[in-house]
Formats: sequence, C-alpha cells, structure tokens
Amino acid sequence: MNEQVIIMLLEGIRDTLYMTFGSVILGYALGLPMGILLYMSGEDGLKPKPVIYRILDLIINIVRSIPFLILLILLIPFTRLLVGQSYGSTATIVPLVICAAPYIARVVDNSFHEVDEGVIEAARAMGADNWQIVWKVLLVEARTSLLTGFTITTGVLLGYSAMSGTVGGGGLGDIAVRYGYYRWDTDIMVVTVILLIVIFQIIQNVGTKISQQSDKRKR
Amino acid sequence: MEEILTVKKISKKYEDVDVFSDLSLSVKKGEKVVIVGPSGCGKSTFLRCLNGLETIDEGEILIDGEKLRQDTKEIYHIREKLGMVFQSYDLFPHLSILQNIVLAPVRVQKRDKKEAEAEAMELLERVGLSSKKDNYPRQLSGGQKQRVAIVRALLMHPEILLLDEITAALDPEMVREVLEVVLLLAREGRTMLIVTHEMQFAKAVADRMIFLDEGRIVEEGSPEEFFTHPRTDRLKKFLKSFAYE
Repeated sequence: MNEQVIIMLLEGIRDTLYMTFGSVILGYALGLPMGILLYMSGEDGLKPKPVIYRILDLIINIVRSIPFLILLILLIPFTRLLVGQSYGSTATIVPLVICAAPYIARVVDNSFHEVDEGVIEAARAMGADNWQIVWKVLLVEARTSLLTGFTITTGVLLGYSAMSGTVGGGGLGDIAVRYGYYRWDTDIMVVTVILLIVIFQIIQNVGTKISQQSDKRKR
Repeated sequence: MEEILTVKKISKKYEDVDVFSDLSLSVKKGEKVVIVGPSGCGKSTFLRCLNGLETIDEGEILIDGEKLRQDTKEIYHIREKLGMVFQSYDLFPHLSILQNIVLAPVRVQKRDKKEAEAEAMELLERVGLSSKKDNYPRQLSGGQKQRVAIVRALLMHPEILLLDEITAALDPEMVREVLEVVLLLAREGRTMLIVTHEMQFAKAVADRMIFLDEGRIVEEGSPEEFFTHPRTDRLKKFLKSFAYE
C-alpha cells in the first residue's frame, strides 16, 4: 500500500467519525426532545395527550419505514437547500439526522418506560411537577438504558454512514464502494471493512463500559 | 385543637365499582389515626386520594384549610404538606441515600443544599443510618430502606405523614426497627394517617382507630374500645382473623 492510499484511508476514517458523531449528536438534539414528548403524551405518560401522541407516533413510523437509501435520495433537495450540496460528508449528515431522530425518540421513550413507576409516583407525591420528574427523575433513573441506546444508535449510524458511500457520501463506505466495487480493488475494500469493524468494536465496548459504570442498581 | 385534614363525603369509582362512597373524616393537628380493613377495602386508594395521586369523583378534601384540586398548580404546593411513605419504599435507585433524601427539598422546595443536607444527616443519625449516607439503595436492607424513605418524607417538613402499609413488604425481623421509628415520630406530636396490618402497632400508636370495609367506615373509636369491645360483627370477625387460639 502506498502513501496515497494510507492518507486516503485516514481521511476516510476521519470523515466516517465526523459523520457518525455529527449525526448522533444532532440526532439526539432532535430525537431526545421528541422522545420526551412521546413519553409524556403517551397513554401512561406524565400528561397524556392522545392527539399529540398519535401525530408524533405516525411521523416516527413513517420516517422509520422508509429505507435509508431511499431517504437519502428523497432528501437530496432538502440537503442541497441546507448545506449547498448533496454529496460529501457534511451533506450526508442531513439524511442521517432525519433518519436517526425518530429512531432515537423510540429508544428514549422505551428507556423511560423502564423506570419503576413507584419511583415516579414517589417524586410526584413529594410535589415534583412534570418537568422536574423528567429532568431529575427520568433522565437520571433511565441513564443506563439511555446510554445503551446511545451506543446502539451510534453503531447503526456508523453503518448508515457507510451506506451513504453509494451516493458519494464520503468516508470509509465511499472508499469501499469506489475502489472495491467500481475498480475491483478488493484489497482496499477488505481494509476499509476491517477498519469499520474496528471502529464499531471500539464504539460498542466504550459504550458498554460507560453504561455499566453508570448503573448503581447492581454491582 | 385545629383540624388539619377534612374529608367531606368523597366518592370514588373504578369503572362502575364503588371504591368508596360518602366517606368523611377529619383529623386534628397532632392526631394519629390508624386505618385498618381487609385488602381491597379502599384504604390505600383513600390515602392516595388525599395527595391527589388518585382523583375523586365527588366530595372535597381540605388540607390545612386549602381545598385540594387536581387540575391546578396548587396541587404541587399542597403535596408538600403531605409526606407519603410507600409499601415498596420507592427510593431512587441511581441516587445515593443522601441524594435521595435532599432531592425534593432542594429541587422542589428550593432550599439551600447545605442546609438540607445538614438536616438530613441529623435525621439519618436519629434513625441510626448516618453511616449509610453515601451508599446506594440496593446496598441497604428493606428495613433500612424504609427508614430512609421516612426520613425523605420528613425532610419536606410535611404537616401530615401518610404511611401506606409501610411494613407490608418487610421481612418480619425488620418490621420492628421501622415501627419504632414511627412510634418515635408519634411521640413528637406529628400528625399521622396510617394504613397498616400490624394490629399490635396500631394499638400502640393510634389515638383513633378506623375500620374500613367495602369503601365505608364501619367502625371508629379509641384503640381500647376498638380492640377490646368491637361493636359490629364485621369488625369482630376482622379482628379475629389476626388471633391464633
């Protein structure tokens, strides 16, 4: 492997990490409030609001049922409007975030439901209002599950960022497609796949460690 | 003595079944009222209605002269006057013992953290658990957890303590340590409304006994007459179920 290839791969790693973490952070900025709203407005939520819940639920299901590759193409005009171009790693973050937010909302809602209802009731009996329950009870008590969800989401987005390579999204997936598929350069494809596996492993292991350490319920 | 809690003819239904109907009760400041009755008689639901965790269909509840209304922000303020302790302790599993206790005083009542912690430590000391302040709930026994839950309720400076079968989930050898704490509080003149199945304890702590059955107050009186001269057959039968001959 010559120097050029190595530089290209390093840039690929950088772009992949940029897309993955960029989209996970922006995805949570959008998905976390959505998840909180979903939980609060739900049937057994803090403040049931059937209409809001149903609308939110429907939007989430629609977006989630569109295959990512199709979403990527569907969103091209929107992406162009937002970042000025439809290819490259920054542009890829747009569909990644749109894809991730509803997924994150579900994961967050699910984590909140795992919190013992007795604990929420105790907080309520002590005079806490709904926002205090969200900030001081739910986010704290659900943190292990929230962190596990965060790790899983990051892994999913890493995979999707690679998938965006097929439409010139940049990063390791892009390299794998351009060299491995279009130019029959199997070596480079194998190397990029190995790099993706290594990155995934690191994300998963670090995530698992952090969420385990956050768990005060068991040793 | 002034009345701190007045319940006027409240009714509650679950679907079409009456949980209780036309229930009235008043509690004076410093009074210890113990409610007993068979399971499903509505006694826990009754306690939960008092701080608005459950809604009532009819009637009204006055706490310290203020009317309890579910639909306003006042409910948060009124709930602070009622300290509730639950059967399942319901401590926050991810918070240390000290954090568990000061959370509501600091966040809800906006009290100074240092001051709240200092008072928390005093109270923990009194229930013999000051050494556990940095432990997490899972590291404590059931009896210890329940004593922490009592301290947590006390730190809110409630006017009334509502104790909902607080020993029902405990191993027998831990019941005493919890009830002794309650007796201690009773002697301090705190107002308490207690739901329990521990008849010996009820006898020791109560100023007034109430027997609730099928959503109605069947019998009410001082512990002496309640336990030694029950008037109704239903209460006689109920008390008998606790005796072994």
